[in-house]
Amino acid sequence: MFDDFFIRALIAGIGVAFVTGPLGCFVVWRRLSYFGDTLAHSALLGVTMALAFEINIAISIFIISSVIAIILVKLEKNTNLPGDALLGLLAHSALAVGLVVIGFLSFIRFDVMGLLFGDILAVNVDDLIIIWGGGAIILIVLKIIWKPLFASTVNYELAEAEGLNPDRAKAIFTILMAAIIAISIKIVGLLLITGMLIIPTAMARNISDTPKKMVIFSICGGLLSVIMGLFSSLQFNTPSGPSIIAAALLLFVISLFKIKQTIQLKN
Amino acid sequence: MTIENNVLVKLTEVGLKQRNKWLVKGVSLIVERGKIVTLIGPNGSGKSTTAKIAIGLHKNIEGNVEKFTDKIGYVPQKISIDWTLPLKVNDFMVLTDELDEEKINEALKLTGADHLKNQNLGNLSGGEFQRVLLARAVSKKPDLLVLDEPVQGVDFTGEIALYKLIKEIADKLNCGILLISHDLHTVMTATDHVICLNGHVCCSGTPKDVAMNNEYKLLFGEQASQTLSIYEHKHDHVHSNDGDIKKN
Repeated sequence: MFDDFFIRALIAGIGVAFVTGPLGCFVVWRRLSYFGDTLAHSALLGVTMALAFEINIAISIFIISSVIAIILVKLEKNTNLPGDALLGLLAHSALAVGLVVIGFLSFIRFDVMGLLFGDILAVNVDDLIIIWGGGAIILIVLKIIWKPLFASTVNYELAEAEGLNPDRAKAIFTILMAAIIAISIKIVGLLLITGMLIIPTAMARNISDTPKKMVIFSICGGLLSVIMGLFSSLQFNTPSGPSIIAAALLLFVISLFKIKQTIQLKN
Repeated sequence: MTIENNVLVKLTEVGLKQRNKWLVKGVSLIVERGKIVTLIGPNGSGKSTTAKIAIGLHKNIEGNVEKFTDKIGYVPQKISIDWTLPLKVNDFMVLTDELDEEKINEALKLTGADHLKNQNLGNLSGGEFQRVLLARAVSKKPDLLVLDEPVQGVDFTGEIALYKLIKEIADKLNCGILLISHDLHTVMTATDHVICLNGHVCCSGTPKDVAMNNEYKLLFGEQASQTLSIYEHKHDHVHSNDGDIKKN
């Protein structure tokens, strides 16, 4: 049963879940799920760039996502359009341009479905190094900026007034978002990355009463989703990325019962 | 600087222009150690802006801000904790700084909020929440406390209690306080200096001479007049609709 590719898939998925847990908490707290989606959509453009110029896919995605994030900040400052409109503009433009570029690259054949929904069973050793190495760097950086980032999530002005630097923390966090998308695209695919970030976190919110617990439960939820999703995908021959997200959804639904209990206790 | 040993922050003719509109202009004020300065004025008169300029939250300002301390405790206006973030009072206390258990307890006790330590922030009442905000601000023993409408959402009795508490804290920590009041006419009696803003300094003075105002005592009772004062505005100008200022 434990074929080599399956072990690699498990190790890759587990590595991603460790990083999406804490990052997902900030995505939920700071209401950035649509922002995550936009970066993920722009990843398609990153992939086509990688194929066109023959560079590493993860690095290419990371660069393109970062550029999109910078463009977003510039547009927010220099236009009168609301944030969600700008996000929609960038998300769909990046997706469209990516698909157009693919049209020009007709000499290259690649699996668009795998790109959209993940291709975890095709993970190779290089991917594992990128996921675990990149993941470790993301977590270390997140740990360093935790205090200003968290304080400014609660209240921006409070954090700034008391000598923290919320703007720098926010900028670094944006780069971390681009990085997690770059390393997890092969696991769940660009259409489902935001799901991996927010569904285990949403589950964790239902069962936690402190931020620390929420981060821990979010990681646990992600790990369980990866394991359950992968085994069921092997068992029932379903696509692996969607299976992982479906498993996360199942955990979320179970956690709703816990909420119901707490509310009943309060009354 | 030597003669201004007690000065914590000094604003000289500061102004802030955003989108071609002056939010505040030509405001000067000094907060000294052990003194309470209260800012009052109508909505949009630049009270919060002035306070934020004083603690350095606004860049690109006109005029001069001299700060003589970095130990600032801040209670912002309108802080709402999102339900998406599960946060207990205890976690909130260490938001911007590491504090040991003892200091947390001490600060919470000082503001009468020690029984709330393990409560979720979302479950607190308006008055309880303001006490926790205050506790957090004083926990680091700041030199300068900036309180932006610390009694908002608190009923009249609670307001008097909170003002008393602020006075106690000022005495105990020997810090300077820059207080913004949401009320145009009543201010803390303990205030040393009142500044009425309306884009610029309209008038200023001490509230003490009106603390014993008989009408006021009649209205709110002896107890209240020891804590709150009616501030009588002595304006020598009027604001016309086009934003011009005319002397009377």
